[in-house]
Amino acid sequence: MTPQDHFLVVAPVAAGKEAALRTLLDSMNAEPGMADPRNGVLPFAQFDKLHFARLALLDDALQADLRAHGVEPKRLATCLVFIGDCDGPADEVLADLAERAGPGLVLLFGHCEGFGDASQLLAWMRAHERRSAASFINWAGRTVRQIREESALQRALAARVPRRPLAAGEAERVRRELAAWVGSEVGGGRLSLTPPAPTPLGWQLAKLANLVLVPLVGIVVLPLLIVGAPLFVILLRTREERDPEICPRPIAADLEALQVLEDRDITNQYTALGAVKPGLFRSGLLTVLLALTSFACRQIFHRGFLARVQTIHFAHWFHFADEGRVVFVSNYDGSHQGYMDDFINKVGWGLNLLFSNGVGWPRTRWLVQGGSRIEQKFKYYQRRHQLPTQVWYKAYPGLALVELKRNHRIREGLEQATMSDARAQAWLRLL
Amino acid sequence: MSTALPVELDDIQGLVRFGYKHHTEASYLLLRVIDRDAARRWLAAVPICTATSVEPPPETALQVALGSEGMRALGVADAIVDSFAAEFVTGMANDANRARRLGDVGVNEPSRWQWGAGARVPHVLLLLYALPGKLAGFQSAIEAQCAAGFELVDCLTTSDLDGVEPFGFTDGISQPLVDWQRKRPAQDGERGDYSNLSCLGEYLLGYPNEYGGYTDRPLLDADLAGPRLPRAEDAPDRADLGRNGSYLVLRQMRQDVHGFWQFVDRCAGGNPGLRDRIAAAMVGRSRDGVPLIGPADEAIEGGGAPGDRNAFTYRADPHGVRCPLGAHIRRSNPRNADLPPGRPGFVSWAMRTLGLDGEALDRDLVASTRFHRLLRRGREYGVGVPVEQALAGPPVSTETGLHFICLGASIARQFEFVQNAWAVGVHFDGLPNESDPLLGTRAPAADGTPTDGFSMPRADGAADRLAGLPQFVTVLGGAYFFLPGIRALRFLATTQMNGEPR
Repeated sequence: MTPQDHFLVVAPVAAGKEAALRTLLDSMNAEPGMADPRNGVLPFAQFDKLHFARLALLDDALQADLRAHGVEPKRLATCLVFIGDCDGPADEVLADLAERAGPGLVLLFGHCEGFGDASQLLAWMRAHERRSAASFINWAGRTVRQIREESALQRALAARVPRRPLAAGEAERVRRELAAWVGSEVGGGRLSLTPPAPTPLGWQLAKLANLVLVPLVGIVVLPLLIVGAPLFVILLRTREERDPEICPRPIAADLEALQVLEDRDITNQYTALGAVKPGLFRSGLLTVLLALTSFACRQIFHRGFLARVQTIHFAHWFHFADEGRVVFVSNYDGSHQGYMDDFINKVGWGLNLLFSNGVGWPRTRWLVQGGSRIEQKFKYYQRRHQLPTQVWYKAYPGLALVELKRNHRIREGLEQATMSDARAQAWLRLL
Repeated sequence: MSTALPVELDDIQGLVRFGYKHHTEASYLLLRVIDRDAARRWLAAVPICTATSVEPPPETALQVALGSEGMRALGVADAIVDSFAAEFVTGMANDANRARRLGDVGVNEPSRWQWGAGARVPHVLLLLYALPGKLAGFQSAIEAQCAAGFELVDCLTTSDLDGVEPFGFTDGISQPLVDWQRKRPAQDGERGDYSNLSCLGEYLLGYPNEYGGYTDRPLLDADLAGPRLPRAEDAPDRADLGRNGSYLVLRQMRQDVHGFWQFVDRCAGGNPGLRDRIAAAMVGRSRDGVPLIGPADEAIEGGGAPGDRNAFTYRADPHGVRCPLGAHIRRSNPRNADLPPGRPGFVSWAMRTLGLDGEALDRDLVASTRFHRLLRRGREYGVGVPVEQALAGPPVSTETGLHFICLGASIARQFEFVQNAWAVGVHFDGLPNESDPLLGTRAPAADGTPTDGFSMPRADGAADRLAGLPQFVTVLGGAYFFLPGIRALRFLATTQMNGEPR
């Protein structure tokens, strides 16, 4: 299989160039926020390893919330971020982007501080790259090509499958007939089902090392954890009681600027930014919890679900520890309201675990209770921290994760030699 | 244990508690303010029927709801209006983003509405209910009283179709049971079973909702409001303008009865038995209201007695073989709990909570129905078309449909969520690109994929699938209102006006 990777290039916007940059970003869109896949600046569609990509501007408006903790915020420059999810190493995709969309990228990053020579584009992007602290990939190994091929397969089969009562034992015969037909379609070049590429050895080894090392570290520090638990509880609970909640209702115009970008496809984008609560306790806790999240996403949550949530394609937590900020980005199916209700009702505890380390989060108890379940405050909080995603690209418009999963099950079922009648019936129901 | 205060029924408009079923005559007046002072004077004093039970029922009942533009027209300060919910402040028709979410696109577009957009946004909604034969006199009296302060944008008439909606199906069977006694403790917690009992705070502002919290609403300086407004339960030093009030969603939906039955008849090849089965599959109940899911005899909290056509869930039918996943009533109320079903015990609970139970995950695409319930108060309009006539003749010239009304404490989490994610959502419960068989707009997906199908799953193979469903329901108008508590209404009608010196 081909592992998925991500890139994030971040750079401060040069003084006086923000307005021009915003105009340039808008010119890349076919409708508000939705990239024209063939736009002249960055023709995303030409890069067939790219699942999602976005360009957004991060401002520092909410840094002021730090004053509630008695900390005078540093003034941070507005940054341009360029984020993408891709098949295979991000480094190769960045190089490909630099080669085939060089002029457009030079134009974009030319609005950033310290961007010099166009010939240094790739080196400059690499120098401004940051890795995520944790990343969720809905289905590790599912490539753009596979998604498109399996979608075509599903359409072809759905149009061909007999839709009538079947006699006992008939389901398996129907399945085999369909499998034979698909075989001939593939042979005739009308359908394509590229076999998965071999899994890179380095990636497998790294994953295995992660699987062993993280628990090992856990075992080593376990005595410390046990000894430190009472202190941890005291530190946590006093902070939870004391930390200020900052959840005012978002300004109507800000809300409008977000909503105008939404619900133009079955999938939507989310970009949020927030300051980490000051002090070593919170930043340390966040670092550990992000490492555990990263571990869980790498080892467990890569087969269609992030705990109970099945509607996120890709999500990343970027921890800019030097600035004390976290950027969270995701691509999710359905409307914003549905996304947030899903979060609260299905994984409210998980949200609290990570985001309660952010300034202003609704009050939690024991790190997992309360917080996001305080519905009204949470909904205000997350909208207030959301930033417009100026340019957003999705390689497979119209396709939702439920379909990607189903289409893959259809293909898997096709590739089996024999099936019991009951399983063949279940497979036919997928069509 | 509950220390909850008793509910002030005499401060709540009757519609929240009653459907006024004895009042078979009703009409809805959509008004705009033309003389602020006259309008305020009238609203400050007009008698409103409350939620207190009265025997025998009054001959007539008046209910009053205000739109956000209406509040401004009455001179309510912007700071107060803007502290109502954002959806209410913006309104149903004034936001293209909202229209995309609600499926108000194509022929449903607000710019084409008969009322509800632009200069035809109603300021005030009067709901008039009357016992048989009493409406005409009541309405002309009300209109005469209103003439000084208001102009009439539209008068929506209603018809008594005897509990049957225009397509010919028994309607209004399923309603949440509102917890008027406040028996359910106001606290947050997971619910393992579907319950039809629903917290008062899901429908009335000022009371705890299903999360055990209070939905945001205007809380005012108690000194300014004085004794005219109740105090907030969760902030006793503030006056609660929202308390005992509810948001009211009104949508006029024209139903193409002829188109519906002709389409179903074509799909059935003219076979009457099959025709009825297909139509029932689209609705999820047979025409007489019996649910397709089978005998309704599950014990459901607040669900009524077994056999009352409502005592069921879809738990035993995960694939939609008995009742299609996309059937109208299954989309509108999926009747599920907070967590998909599984074995008892901590291990199963933990596995399901962490998403590690694959079977549970497949059934977890739609969850927590209790946060998305609607209290429906709509009425039919127009002349009923018998099915035989719809099948036989050309389309009748008169119009028929539904004046859909629902009440809720959160327009976004209740009406808009149900409409967006469940009714017009083309992947509801994993369905392949199809929207509600009755309500859908059939607008193609972003990649051009049609969404005009309807799947009827079968146990033994691929689902039966109807294609090419026309649009059967067209939105002709709509608006969001606030149905205030009685004291709140009087306050809004007498409060210091915008810009007036204090």
